[in-house]
Amino acid sequence: MAMAAASAERVLAAPVDLNHTGHYVHWGVVQISVANLVVVGLMVLVFVAAVLLPFPKGRGRR
Amino acid sequence: MSDPATSREVRSGGWTGAVRRYAVRTLPPEKLLPDTQPAYMASWIYVFGVLTVSALVVVVATGCLLALEGPGWWHVSSVGKYVNSLHLWSVELFMFFMVIHLWGKFFMAAWRGRRAMTWMTGAVCFLASVGAAFTGYLTQQNFDSQWISGQAKDGLNAVGIGAWFNVLDFGQMLMWHIVLLPLALGGLTGLHVLLVRRRGIVPPIDATVPTPGAVEGRL
Ligand code: HEM
Repeated sequence: MAMAAASAERVLAAPVDLNHTGHYVHWGVVQISVANLVVVGLMVLVFVAAVLLPFPKGRGRR
Repeated sequence: MSDPATSREVRSGGWTGAVRRYAVRTLPPEKLLPDTQPAYMASWIYVFGVLTVSALVVVVATGCLLALEGPGWWHVSSVGKYVNSLHLWSVELFMFFMVIHLWGKFFMAAWRGRRAMTWMTGAVCFLASVGAAFTGYLTQQNFDSQWISGQAKDGLNAVGIGAWFNVLDFGQMLMWHIVLLPLALGGLTGLHVLLVRRRGIVPPIDATVPTPGAVEGRL
């Protein structure tokens, strides 16, 4: 029972251990956490995808 | 040249009639709830405004649930923590979608053709969202929020508004987070979307010369 609870906890645990100070990127005066950098990168990716991917043609549309 | 009888009939109705005539003139039903859109709108980039609205709806709904039960619930019980997480992650998505929406509108110069107010209400929505997220972090009641407010107070004191907008005053920050900023954001978003309806979707840059909004008058 306790083992099952422990393994369930491992499965549900955050994929990144949040119980320590964050990692930061330093680039001259620019200082940004890796987490925020990942979010900015994802936004750029989704933006490019939204511009380039074809939009499906709706039913009954001309 | 107008028929006096007709003009008296048109002008009757006091302020409610005047407001109705103004509303119908500026936003006739076929503009308010259109059933067709120009072909150039068939692009994923146009979806991000409505994704932002959808995320905002989840943010407000989960925030209302949190308000209903209080911190003794959202900090302790598993359902409370779950709703708290829904609130946080819908905010993350809201900001994510809003930024892509902003980039999209920037690169299509969507303020063309008398759409400056649409752009400006959007920009103020962005600022209000930053304030709402900030006051939200201050209401976490943990060391993070203590650290954030400790840092922010120096900045706000330096620009001279710290005495009035006191980030160390938990009650004031909670009220900004759950009353003032949601009201401002809700009102601005409503206005923003009505302005989009009124002017119609902006044509692509090389498609047409920007034409003034089809309906006369200013908002
Ligand atoms: C609370 C945040 C916001 C919400 C809920 C929102 C929602 C929307 C929606 C639903 C549309 C119409 C559909 C579309 O074109 O995507 C729209 C259009 C527009 N938005 Fe936003 N928006 C927000 C923030 C912003 C920001 C930050 C800006 C830029 C500073 C902006 C600028 C515009 C402009 C210029 C249009 C008109 C586009 C056109 O005429 O084609 N919005 N917005």
